[in-house]
Amino acid sequence: MDAASARAGPASVAILVALPMAAVVAAIVQGALGAEPALWDHLREYVLARVAANTLVLAVGVVAVAGCLGTALAWLTAACEFPGRAFFSWALLLPMAMPAYVLAFVAVATLDYAGIVPTALRAWLGNDLWLPPIRSAGGVVAVIGIALYPYVYLMARGAFLTHGARVLESAQSLGLGPWQGLFRVAIPLARPWLAGGMALVAMEALADFGAVSVFNYDTFTTAIYESWYGLFSVETALLLALVLLSFVALALAAERLARGRRRYTAADAGARAPLRLALPGFRGWLATAFAGGVFAVAFVLPAVALARWALAVAPFDLDGRYVAYVMRTLALAGMAALACLALAVALGYATRKPSAGRLAHAAARFATLGYAVPGTVLAVGVVTALGAFDSAWRAHLGGDGLWLSGTVLALLFGYVARFLAVAYGPIQGGFSRIRPSLEEAARSLGLATRELISRLHLPLLGAGIGTALLLVFVDVMKEMPITLMTRPFGWDTLAVRVFEMTAEGEWERAALPSLAIVAAGLLPVALLTWRMERAARAA
Amino acid sequence: MSFPTVPLRAIAACAVRAGALLSGPALAAGEPLVVYTARKYQLVDQLFQEYAKERGIEVKSVTDDGAPLIQRLKAEGPNSPADVFITVDAGDLWRATQAGLLQPIRSAALESAIPAHLRDPEGHWFGLAVRARTIAYATGRVKPSELSTYAALAEPRWKGKLCLRSGKAVYNQSLVAMFINDMGEAATEKMVRGWIANLATEPFANDTLMLKAMAAGQCDVGITNSYYLGRLQHEQKDFPVQIFWADQAGKGTHVNISGGGVTKHAKNRAEAIRFLEWLASPAIQQRFAGSNFEFPANANVEPLPEVVAWGSFKPNTVNVGLIGKTQPQAVMLIDRAGWR
Repeated sequence: MDAASARAGPASVAILVALPMAAVVAAIVQGALGAEPALWDHLREYVLARVAANTLVLAVGVVAVAGCLGTALAWLTAACEFPGRAFFSWALLLPMAMPAYVLAFVAVATLDYAGIVPTALRAWLGNDLWLPPIRSAGGVVAVIGIALYPYVYLMARGAFLTHGARVLESAQSLGLGPWQGLFRVAIPLARPWLAGGMALVAMEALADFGAVSVFNYDTFTTAIYESWYGLFSVETALLLALVLLSFVALALAAERLARGRRRYTAADAGARAPLRLALPGFRGWLATAFAGGVFAVAFVLPAVALARWALAVAPFDLDGRYVAYVMRTLALAGMAALACLALAVALGYATRKPSAGRLAHAAARFATLGYAVPGTVLAVGVVTALGAFDSAWRAHLGGDGLWLSGTVLALLFGYVARFLAVAYGPIQGGFSRIRPSLEEAARSLGLATRELISRLHLPLLGAGIGTALLLVFVDVMKEMPITLMTRPFGWDTLAVRVFEMTAEGEWERAALPSLAIVAAGLLPVALLTWRMERAARAA
Repeated sequence: MSFPTVPLRAIAACAVRAGALLSGPALAAGEPLVVYTARKYQLVDQLFQEYAKERGIEVKSVTDDGAPLIQRLKAEGPNSPADVFITVDAGDLWRATQAGLLQPIRSAALESAIPAHLRDPEGHWFGLAVRARTIAYATGRVKPSELSTYAALAEPRWKGKLCLRSGKAVYNQSLVAMFINDMGEAATEKMVRGWIANLATEPFANDTLMLKAMAAGQCDVGITNSYYLGRLQHEQKDFPVQIFWADQAGKGTHVNISGGGVTKHAKNRAEAIRFLEWLASPAIQQRFAGSNFEFPANANVEPLPEVVAWGSFKPNTVNVGLIGKTQPQAVMLIDRAGWR
């Protein structure tokens, strides 16, 4: 095989996978061309500078909070031994099922001036008591950071579990203490996974609308909404979204550049059981307190608050329809997870070697940009692209009605465009651990491509596949704008119900469907953590 | 290089079949009526089902915000399944009309039931429930005699005592739009800047949070849609915030509407008109508005007792469509004045 034809295959696969995103971006660009200059001038003069600064603060702050929490907790549960470690290693993933917008409204409802906590504190310490306001830049960064840390935790833990202990051993043999081992060896070695998790967090924070609007914190995304809803200009909104998207693409490119051409391949899995550093006495309990504190704030306390509200409305809001909401939510999340996984594996396989060529890598990066686009903008792109497809179909092939618009396929199309990045991260991480020499050896034994995938790649991707499925599944369950805008009749999900309640300002009534999302999300989270534990024990 | 082939067709067939299983039964023989509604499920579904039963047809609906529903209608074009479009704001109705998504209809029943300032002169849309945005005050700390107009809330005496919802809320944008129409842009901007200078705390994400902050003592006066207070008073009889009808000596209290129209490409046009007439009829009006403590658009229908208890008020009768049209101008004014 010469070099050019070796690149043609990967490139065509990657381009094929990038097609949904390409259709969506084409629709967004076409819309953005119609943006009114007068509105743009207004935004430039009064809005953009402020929201750009706010957005930067949010992205950097949230990545810092989620990155520190996620990395620290992953290190503790993967490479250290402390009281309750086994429990926390899976429990710390549970907050992933708690949507950021839900955590935000629980935080504001309980911690703002009129909330139960400040009210109690004032009753106790007097009316003049000053408390840091939750509705502030600090508040929004802390809350969203806490909501998103599981993304980093999940990715970092995977990395630390496979080479954490060995790294410590080798660090020890070089005369480094455990802290030096962590900062000078383990973290640098885990960099692609940490960066992957933090990139997801950053993109999620940039695209977030639900949580920041609870705080009335203006970001690029709220400016996009305002242009569309308030200034009646979807075109200007789409243009803003493209600007945001360009920044994200630049930031991701910069990270890649900084990482350079270094290759990260982990030691062979299955060599030895993980060795954990015992944290004796006081230090162990400090770790327990830290893990317990995060778990309480990110999951237990908000779940209790939700349960209290949900109980109040359950007598008249909870009925048989909830079974259908849960079924539909799980069905959509399951289908979307499988679709994203299939495409992510194709993409990861096509781009697993640097020799795949620039075109393939560029297409892969493009295909996974959707995660940074506010869901509602992506939804506009999806309905526009599908509408255009439907009209073209009618014009050339006749018939009437809508072929794709308003079908489950339209929904899945939107989910894939948005969440492919979420599946691609862990899959790519998985492929990067399969050393090229292994593949060459397998090929020299006469394995065909198909066998190579089924007998070498898929088994070694195991953990990555589980992570990818879980991330997409949980993200789809929480997803609102695409579901709202493209769902067929009768396809109301739990997130739709949350939207309908919060849109009317009835947050307490939104607690019931929110709690149902959390409960339904626990199942896949539990499955994955059980798998991870088993894999770790087997290793 | 070959890749395992993905059985796309099978996946599609599965998805469609799963859809049929999960989306519930289709029940009726007649042509279904399809409603795109920004008025949310919990406020309308029961009435929709009642209409379906009464007419022996199926009523299908999807909810979303007004703007995305408009975009969905645009993208679907002539093949959109929608027959009726319902919003919670006059601006969205105006915008849908501008985009050519609604068709004008003539209906004696609707024209006699709905006052002229609450409907489109050409019949593209009709108000169905009226939402008044007015002054709220903390009963323990403010006497009604201290209150008069929206503009008076900009006076220095309210410094540090005013609470507002976000300027990004459509109801605030429509309030500002009304003032731009009534007293011009310069005077409106001066008033809004006065409000911002009087704020006790950052603007709130919604009216309910703001009203609770007022009750807790964070501020004394605010501007709210009356129904948000209605809900809180319904839950807690002695909720320490009350309604004051603003601008009664002037042009009247600001009102917006939740209303609907027939879509341009309605497949079931006759049923759509009949449905709107049914929603505007006295027996249904009380419940349509009452489910949310709003005022019926049909002037011959009494609101709920809890709503009547706030007393009657003079509404500003500038056509709500004009307010919708001015909304972008209002948004820019709000940005300039720094109303977050």
